[in-house]
Amino acid sequence: MSKGRYGEFGGQYISETLMNELIHLEEQYEYYKKDPQFKQELKKLLNEYAGRPSLLYYAEKMTKDLGGAKIYLKREDLNHTGSHKINNVLGQVLLAKKMGKTRVIAETGAGQHGVATATAAALLGMECEVFMGKEDTDRQALNVYRMELLGAKVHAVTSGTQTLKDAVNETMREWTNRVSDTHYVLGSVMGPHPFPMIVRDFQSVISQEARAQILSAEGKLPAAVLACVGGGSNAMGMFYNFIRDESVRLIGCEAAGKGIDTDQHAATMAKGTLGVFHGMKSYFCQDEYGQIASVYSISAGLDYPGIGPEHAYLRDSGRAEYVPVTDDEAVESFEYLARTEGIICAIESAHAIAHARKIAPLMGKDESMIICLSGRGDKDVAAIARYKGVDIHE
Amino acid sequence: MSKIKNAFAGGKAFIAFLTAGDPSAEKTADYILAMEEAGADLIEIGIPFSDPTAEGPVIQEANIRALSRGMTTDGVFGIVEEVRRKSQIPLVFLTYLNPVFHYGYEAFFEKCEELGVDGIIIPDLPYEEKGDLAEIAKTHGVDVISMIAPTSRQRIQMIAKEAKGFLYIVSSMGVTGVRNNIETDIPAIVSSIREVTDIPAAVGFGISTPDQAETMAAASDGAIVGSAIVKLIEKHKDHAEEALREYVKTMKAAVKSAE
Repeated sequence: MSKGRYGEFGGQYISETLMNELIHLEEQYEYYKKDPQFKQELKKLLNEYAGRPSLLYYAEKMTKDLGGAKIYLKREDLNHTGSHKINNVLGQVLLAKKMGKTRVIAETGAGQHGVATATAAALLGMECEVFMGKEDTDRQALNVYRMELLGAKVHAVTSGTQTLKDAVNETMREWTNRVSDTHYVLGSVMGPHPFPMIVRDFQSVISQEARAQILSAEGKLPAAVLACVGGGSNAMGMFYNFIRDESVRLIGCEAAGKGIDTDQHAATMAKGTLGVFHGMKSYFCQDEYGQIASVYSISAGLDYPGIGPEHAYLRDSGRAEYVPVTDDEAVESFEYLARTEGIICAIESAHAIAHARKIAPLMGKDESMIICLSGRGDKDVAAIARYKGVDIHE
Repeated sequence: MSKIKNAFAGGKAFIAFLTAGDPSAEKTADYILAMEEAGADLIEIGIPFSDPTAEGPVIQEANIRALSRGMTTDGVFGIVEEVRRKSQIPLVFLTYLNPVFHYGYEAFFEKCEELGVDGIIIPDLPYEEKGDLAEIAKTHGVDVISMIAPTSRQRIQMIAKEAKGFLYIVSSMGVTGVRNNIETDIPAIVSSIREVTDIPAAVGFGISTPDQAETMAAASDGAIVGSAIVKLIEKHKDHAEEALREYVKTMKAAVKSAE
């Protein structure tokens, strides 16, 4: 069996052209993650540039309103660039620089990962090119401009469904084309080994902090932690340091779009089947011949037909559970959080809020839960207005 | 028993690729026979996939055309069945792992054996991952063709030692598609291969002109052409027989002149 396995999931299903680079990347990562200077530089970037540690905020009004478990929000939305994506990006771009690379490339869906990559590239003096589905460049036009402001070149991908899946395809093609000076900053816990491991490690700072913060606030572990799941990077970061705490329920909330009984969803766990794509064995939305399905979600960041291999393993081994949340539920919770707590969260994160609202009232008042608020919602305001039929101009 | 070695028995080989179902199943079968008649020694049949990450725009679009016209894995088997009524030319599939995985390795290779498919090339199945699939393919007499890339370096001999059928040398970095220049040191790769195996090695990616075919065939055992053929089919749609015959004849002559 090859490297990078989580049970039967994971692996390195990638072209021969990239194999030596992946082997090299793994060696370099294993070296630098133990290198005191690298660790110190990364910690400095996270704390002094990105604004870590992020707050663990007790949502008192929401708790009272729901009448059950105490609700805490892990405020990744307060990070520089407005989402958890910066955690992974600072790690990978710093690693790329140490490896002697001068150029980084990245895929992006909603644009959060692209903006984070462009930011880190600007800071660390690297050339940056971002691949984004044409449909996403239209629905997230402001993020395209942000990336350009930061000095990145944005390519609108016109192949396939013109969304995140196709952006990944095109970034992989570009990496195959030019690998010697270029690092692919993969944005989620997906792709071929060692990416799922590297991204998970860099994102695990979320649960490392949250675990200490909740113990300090509550004196005991939470009953549950929740996060939205597309590829699964904020969820993996939120789950990781709680995996060994068996009393803590790990709940991933995936995008059910217009409903899992329609053909317009991105609910990989609910409706996907085992497959091999984008370098990994995992679950994918696909047809009877293994053609990858076009998926749908109001959230560009969750609009992906697969899920990271470690999530597939956590689900099948019974350690984590995954639930579908529809567009309607997410939008309603986006508004709910704004009105109740004065926080406009990303539409991705609103999927986790929606499920928390379903289960919190069923839990005891002596219990607590943490919801990963993976990003802020500025980017979504115009799209939500359109969804609600409000005519505004950005 | 794989017929791949027949392709190289008469000297340097010309290997032609097309995408199954573009423009139609019937035409794919006709075009295979036309290219055989014009001198192609082996045909690679692309089973279309929704997300062909190793392909450039020309073959990507052919994949999309074929899928949107309803081509399926079973449909491709139907094309092979049709071709095998008239021809014993060595046939190799080119596709991505997911369609094969989803069909089921056992069912897929049983069908290959039954219909006389001699080999398979899977760009997203590197040496480290081929284990399960290669074993099942072997029990059905289907060769899993390995690829060697410009970046393979110390991996060349590891891959070559276990190679079956022929070795597919990827001429250039990046994806498939017509190129003006091929800069990889192919003779160095071939001599590294020759230290460990006698298996034929053919060069593909970026070859479209007779000059390129001659140079690549001179350095190896054959030349593989995909995008240039798919472009001809895209241009002539249902009436590409003549253009294909003419092109393959020219390319075969170029490959032969390298002997």
